[in-house]
Amino acid sequence: MDRLSTRFAACKAQGRAALITFVTAGDPDVASTPAILDALVAGGADIIELGMPFTDPMADGPAIELANLRSLGSGTKTKDIFAIAADFRARHPDTPLILMGYANPMLVRGANWFADQCKAAGIDGVICVDVPPEEDAEIGPALRAASVHPVRLATPTTDAQRLPAVLEGASGFLYHVAVAGVTGKQQAAQSSIEIAVARLKAATDLPVAVGFGVRTPEQAAAIGRVADGVVVGSAIVDIVGSHGDAAAPFVQEFVAALRGALTHQAQETAA
Amino acid sequence: MTDTIALPNSLRSQPDANGHFGAFGGRYVAETLMPLILELEKVYNAAKADPAFDAEMAELLRTYVGRPNPLYYAGRLTEALRAKAEPGKGAKIYLKREELNHTGAHKINNCIGQALLARRMGKKKVIAETGAGQHGVATATVAALFGLECKIFMGAKDVERQKPNVFRMKLLGAEVIPVHSGSSTLKDSMNDALRHWVSNVHDTFYIIGTAAGPHPYPELVRDFQSVIGKETRAQMLEAEGRLPDMLIAPVGGGSNAIGMFHPFLDDPEVAMIGVEAAGEGLTGKHAASLAGGASGILHGNRTYLLQDEDGQITEAHSISAGLDYPGIGPEHSWLHEIGRVKYMPIKDDEALESFQSLSRLEGIIPALESAHAIAAAEQVAPALDADKIIVVNLSGRGDKDIFTVADALGVEM
Repeated sequence: MDRLSTRFAACKAQGRAALITFVTAGDPDVASTPAILDALVAGGADIIELGMPFTDPMADGPAIELANLRSLGSGTKTKDIFAIAADFRARHPDTPLILMGYANPMLVRGANWFADQCKAAGIDGVICVDVPPEEDAEIGPALRAASVHPVRLATPTTDAQRLPAVLEGASGFLYHVAVAGVTGKQQAAQSSIEIAVARLKAATDLPVAVGFGVRTPEQAAAIGRVADGVVVGSAIVDIVGSHGDAAAPFVQEFVAALRGALTHQAQETAA
Repeated sequence: MTDTIALPNSLRSQPDANGHFGAFGGRYVAETLMPLILELEKVYNAAKADPAFDAEMAELLRTYVGRPNPLYYAGRLTEALRAKAEPGKGAKIYLKREELNHTGAHKINNCIGQALLARRMGKKKVIAETGAGQHGVATATVAALFGLECKIFMGAKDVERQKPNVFRMKLLGAEVIPVHSGSSTLKDSMNDALRHWVSNVHDTFYIIGTAAGPHPYPELVRDFQSVIGKETRAQMLEAEGRLPDMLIAPVGGGSNAIGMFHPFLDDPEVAMIGVEAAGEGLTGKHAASLAGGASGILHGNRTYLLQDEDGQITEAHSISAGLDYPGIGPEHSWLHEIGRVKYMPIKDDEALESFQSLSRLEGIIPALESAHAIAAAEQVAPALDADKIIVVNLSGRGDKDIFTVADALGVEM
């Protein structure tokens, strides 16, 4: 089993959802990122999503957009992001690492170049926000050939007719975008998340993770009751935004609270 | 350019079923938007097949926009250029007078079409991005005409620079939302319009202002703007009994240019020049995506973009706010690669010069965008034989630009 499947299986064995945490690579600068990533792991994150900054992050709300601009403003280059990933892989051989970002920085040197770099850096999966199944002729096949999971997104507007196209070629896990919107703004009603997750789980054997608008340990625990994974991004990115290169301990404290809520919820369910 | 590209029998049959113009175009959007743009495509195809849609559009263009607008022989401009040319040289220059449309530019042609589509889709709210405010004003205008709620996203810097257009939009009942993200200009207003759209897909229609964005926008904007080329064709046949030898139009996103060019693409005797904004020059700050950019993905389509080696988008610059965008419509990228249309860079100072020369020679103050095309014509016409005919698309009027031009010329107003 690969790192992602192993980790989802381990969380399942503990009766809880996997905690997936997002930060933007190079925010506030390249030198600070390793300590922040280590803080995510130390706080109890199961899977790390590393944002690849882009000048025009159209699917992101203000928190992650600002993180993108802070990172690029401090001079982060693509080669730095792969170096951050490779170093992380050396320090944390078992923690899955997902790269998330936009098509242009990923494809500018060609899909095969990108997939090879991902593989060499020990990246387990890639989420490319602005490549829907209809445009997946390049990046999906290149990633699969390099044994990197192309992780697909399902949204509230992905109806039953579209879902098979989204699932075809999806691997690693399925990312359910809980709100029709951008990251970190609105939050979805718990009832709508439950209906959506049930619908997705009926259609795929892949683990289903839920993200967009998840900001508190309470929300994470509630979603953790039904989903295989919970993604928290903007709330962590906000902490990095406030504390800059001194953010690591604050990030660790918050992630520990998220993880505590998921673990507690699992114990309650078991009891 | 490569000779391995297999050309279709007609250059007017693009895009393919998936919205690709050769290697360009497509639908690079977040999954949330995919179902909506697939629905838009369906509605647009049904509208195209419905004579009632065409009839309503034609009637509005006639009675509300004021079409057809004239094809005007610019005699004094022609003679002034001949005076500097070799004997027997100096092509005849006609102007297609899009600046005489209601709201003063070609933008309204497209806005009417998209508002009709919004109504067909049952959407009561429209949004748009705008740079200088021309597309914002045109969108606010059709929103008033159709009774739609309207929000215009405009870079905070542009809100400051273009106060008269901001007030016009408000008078027309639109809400103007200043965009503070990124560089606070046109590219960022498009990002924020997309963010608003993805959060309000259920009741909102996005009226994109140029022939770019995810499929089917480049196609439908082109089709709505093709009225420019169709009229030009008929008017030229009436005036001269033949087709023109050359068409010249300014290109930002490129909607006025593709609207003028498309009906002539299969006429090999008609040459075409798209004019890109070269700003301070191609080695400095500019907005010439074809001359100075590379293929990439932004705002829903693959096209030529100004970008660095990591695929980060770099800032565009042009004295003309309407050309101040780091990309170009995907069909232009394709026409550039196959060589059917030549693209020519014109700098800020050259456009400023032509802004003034057309005002003095013809009594027409052109938009700075259109002044780029005039400058190209002034460079090309003297080398052509005197029996050749050029049509320049005068895409907009220059009233909006008088403050910018006065500032550039060091004039206190």
